[in-house]
This record gives sequence, C-alpha cells and structure tokens, in this order.
Amino acid sequence: MAEMIEIEILRYRPEEDQEPWWQSYQVPYSKELSVLGALGYIKDNLDSTISYRWSCRMAICGSCGMMVNNIPKLSCKTFLRDYYPNKIRLEPLANFPIERDLIVDMSDFVAKLEKIKPYIEPKEPRTLEQGEYIQTPKELAQYKQFSMCINCGLCYAACPQYALNPKFTGPAALALLQRYNLDNRDNGNKDRMKVLNEDEGVWGCTFVGYCSEVCPKGVDPAAAIQLGKVASSKDYMIAMLKPEE
Amino acid sequence: MNNSQSKRKPYVRDVKKDWWLKNRFYSFYMLREFTCVFAAIYVVILLWGLLRLSQGQVAFEGWLNALHSPVAIVFHILALIAMLYHAKTWFALAPKATRLFKGEELFPEKPIVLSQYIALAVVFMVVLAIFII
Repeated sequence: MAEMIEIEILRYRPEEDQEPWWQSYQVPYSKELSVLGALGYIKDNLDSTISYRWSCRMAICGSCGMMVNNIPKLSCKTFLRDYYPNKIRLEPLANFPIERDLIVDMSDFVAKLEKIKPYIEPKEPRTLEQGEYIQTPKELAQYKQFSMCINCGLCYAACPQYALNPKFTGPAALALLQRYNLDNRDNGNKDRMKVLNEDEGVWGCTFVGYCSEVCPKGVDPAAAIQLGKVASSKDYMIAMLKPEE
Repeated sequence: MNNSQSKRKPYVRDVKKDWWLKNRFYSFYMLREFTCVFAAIYVVILLWGLLRLSQGQVAFEGWLNALHSPVAIVFHILALIAMLYHAKTWFALAPKATRLFKGEELFPEKPIVLSQYIALAVVFMVVLAIFII
C-alpha cells in the first residue's frame, strides 16, 4: 500500500457554514508532490467541493498563496517531503477575509496597490519618434529587487501590523511604491510621498521583518519600508526648510 | 449580477491577544520590543542619580549605595542582557535601512553587520580606557 500523508484543510462554505472548520484528507505521498499537487489530487479524487486558487504552478503568478502549518507559502513551491510523515495543515492566507475554503478576498490589497500609482510618470514625455527611455544597468539595479513582487500577498499574511490595523498600506504596496520612486525615469515621487508619509504609510510599520522572511521572490519589503522611512524623514526636513508653496 | 442573490459572506478572523505566541518569529520580535522596558527603567535610575547629585554629596552617596543592593544588581544584569539582545537584533536589521551598492551589485549584509560589532568594541575599549586612566 502506498505511503499516505494527512492533509487538514480549513473549510468555509459561505452558503452553509457559520464559521470555518477543519476537514482531513489522506493523500498518497510522493517526494516530488507539491502541496498544490496534493490539493489537485484531493479535488480530483476525494472531494470536488474544495476551492483554492492556482494558475502557473511555477511560483511566478502568485495565486496559490496559503498558510501551510501557519506559515504563508506558495503551495506550488512547497513540497510534501518537507513535512512527511507529519500532517500538513492548510488555511487561507491570514489577515484577509475568507471568501471560500482556501480562497481569500484580496480586494483591499489590490486597492492599496492602486493607491500608490504603480506606473511610471515620465519626467519628460517622449514621442515614439524620440525612441525609448534610456536607463543604465546601474540605474536599473537601484529598484530591480523591489520590482520582482508577484503580488501573492504572503507578506500581508505575515504582517501583524496589517492584522492589527487593516488601514496600514502594507509591505508589498510600500515596496512597489519604493520601486517607482527609485526609478530614475519616474517623476511621480511627489504624489507617492503623500501615501508614504501617512501614519498608515511607512510609519505604520514597526519593523517586525517577517514580510521579508516569507517573500518567495526575495523582494525584501522590510528594507523598502525602512528606506521609505529615511525618505519620509528627509521629505519632512526639506518641507520645514522650504517656504509654503 | 443582483447583489441580493450573492452567496458571498466573507469570514473575518479575529486577531487573538496571544497572536505573538503562535510563531517563533513574532515571539522574538515581541521580546525585542519588550527590552525597551529595561531601557526605560535604566533611564529613570540614571535621571534619579542626576537629581540626587544636584542635591549634594550625601544624597548622591545614598543613590550609589542603593545601586549596591541585590535587587539593583540583578536588575542591571537583566538590563545588560536585554540591551545586548536588542543591539544584536538591531545590528542584524541595519543593512535593511542602509542599502549600499557596489557597482550594480547590492553590498552584502555581513560586512555591514560586522562593522557595527567592531564599532561597538572600539567604543567599549575607549570607555574602558578612560575609566582605567
């Protein structure tokens, strides 16, 4: 008989359940199988009612984030071999409302991403005839790390500040803000500084640092936020010295 | 779609008071934050000493004698441990706020962390030398 591994899933069906509850499944173990693969097995063979998000299966789409044994992870990048023979507990991403089973409502996260104007506002708009915006590798290096975010939301699930104060702009949005502010082609700094300077901006962060630990892409949002604090302090000092506009 | 027919009923989980005990990372973070209690008490003791100094030699010697009590010694040992732990965590986090580049490459974290220990050791030796001299 094949070796089995127990997978417990937090179930929540809004049309039937008042609150979430645990359901256990036995899945044939193989060391190559990912948690997402195991969920596929459950959906195909054991319980077709289970709901979860997934898309690329190669850690670039950011859809399959969930809590694996209480730690935010991409389920496609997490393997049964790292838990076997112990059981695995799967929950929807922490700090977000549960929509159904392992699916969360990320609309607040998306609204925060939109708020920081995540696009380049050029210093000097160029026509097609003028060609592309030139950037040196050194200039690219300044922000490249912060541009690797896949919007999976793991950092929000890891951030106790976001849990305690959902108004906090949060790690991914602030890292993205930093990404555009550090881009030498961009001129939207002034607008973004308003968001960054707020109590809910970088100053809402108490530097827990777990966001950077769980980031599957090495974005290091904690570093981006600390740089944001330095930028915010400079902005404050300059505003004090400059006459009112 | 007509909203009245929606089956949506997002479930919001409460943040329990013991959230920081559920994960080792959070527990160590809270421990780091808790060290500020020792720092605050230490500052009060020092300010109290300054006040006693301003009141004359007898008052200041009374304060010095109080520091020799077992409670004061135990507190200072605990405060030292707390501050060393705080310094360790702070040194480890410093590279995040000082993002240096070597050409196109991000400067590695280790030398930045190590340089702080070296600076601490130098300051320690200087203070010690001043006291010995």
